[in-house]
Amino acid sequence: MSVFRNAVFLAAIAGLFAGIVMTGLQSFFTVPLILQAETYEAAAPAHDHGAHDHGEGAAADHHHDEEAWAPADGAERTFYTVLANVVTGIGFGLLLVAASEIAGGIAGWRQGVVWGFAGFAVFTLAPGLGLPPELPAMPAADLFARQVWWIATVGATAAGLALIVFGRSVLLAVLGVALIVAPHAVGAPQPATHETPVPADLHQRFVVAVTVTNLLFWLVLGAAMGFVRARFSGPLGTPQNSLA
Amino acid sequence: MTTSTTFGALESAKSRVLPLLMTGLLGVFIIAVSGFAQMDVVHNAGHDYRHSMAFPCH
Repeated sequence: MSVFRNAVFLAAIAGLFAGIVMTGLQSFFTVPLILQAETYEAAAPAHDHGAHDHGEGAAADHHHDEEAWAPADGAERTFYTVLANVVTGIGFGLLLVAASEIAGGIAGWRQGVVWGFAGFAVFTLAPGLGLPPELPAMPAADLFARQVWWIATVGATAAGLALIVFGRSVLLAVLGVALIVAPHAVGAPQPATHETPVPADLHQRFVVAVTVTNLLFWLVLGAAMGFVRARFSGPLGTPQNSLA
Repeated sequence: MTTSTTFGALESAKSRVLPLLMTGLLGVFIIAVSGFAQMDVVHNAGHDYRHSMAFPCH
């Protein structure tokens, strides 16, 4: 039980820290662009969530009713963004600690940065190639299909990286590369039309902002985890240094 | 001596895997709720975050 408790502790500390850092980065780099794009949302009657997200049958499920609760703009909206960032920071932290402990444990902040790069590649870079970050008022393919592709891509990229780094043969490394490439050979679900009132340069800036803030989030998460683990490594054991 | 040490190491590696898998599952659950759940309230609360994380959201 102490392994579980210590792993959760490690993820919570690192996730809390990285989530707070992430909120600061987002409020400077991504949220202003989201707010700017929302001004086009009013001008885009085609952006009816129900209409393009699901097949006709499920349209009612995810229609954003006027009555549905949403945080008020300003402090309340920022508060919920912090909350979501911290909660997901801890969620990603739990995945990172599980993967890295099974691989032998992170030895220090510098190795944590390497793990952070891996997390960035798996959760931001690979899915973002096929499904670039979207702004409000942008068209998108069926939500469920995109979620399936996103999850499959994340899984294949993680497995591929693990095979390359920890596989003991060239064959496994080749298989790993194939797994990383496969989702992009299949291709992500694309919308019927890319027509949008959002200017292309606004979207381009948003893609860069999201990718860079996520990179920093993952590097901070990995480094914080390596740093904290080095100080509380007792119950989790000395790192096995399998990441030679 | 060597045999028992090896056995001990294997045993401890084994006893670590289950709690670590549980840790990973907890992480998956948390990300699924905060990033993918389609409830309007969860969606609206995490709206800016979801766009900023590039989750396929809506």
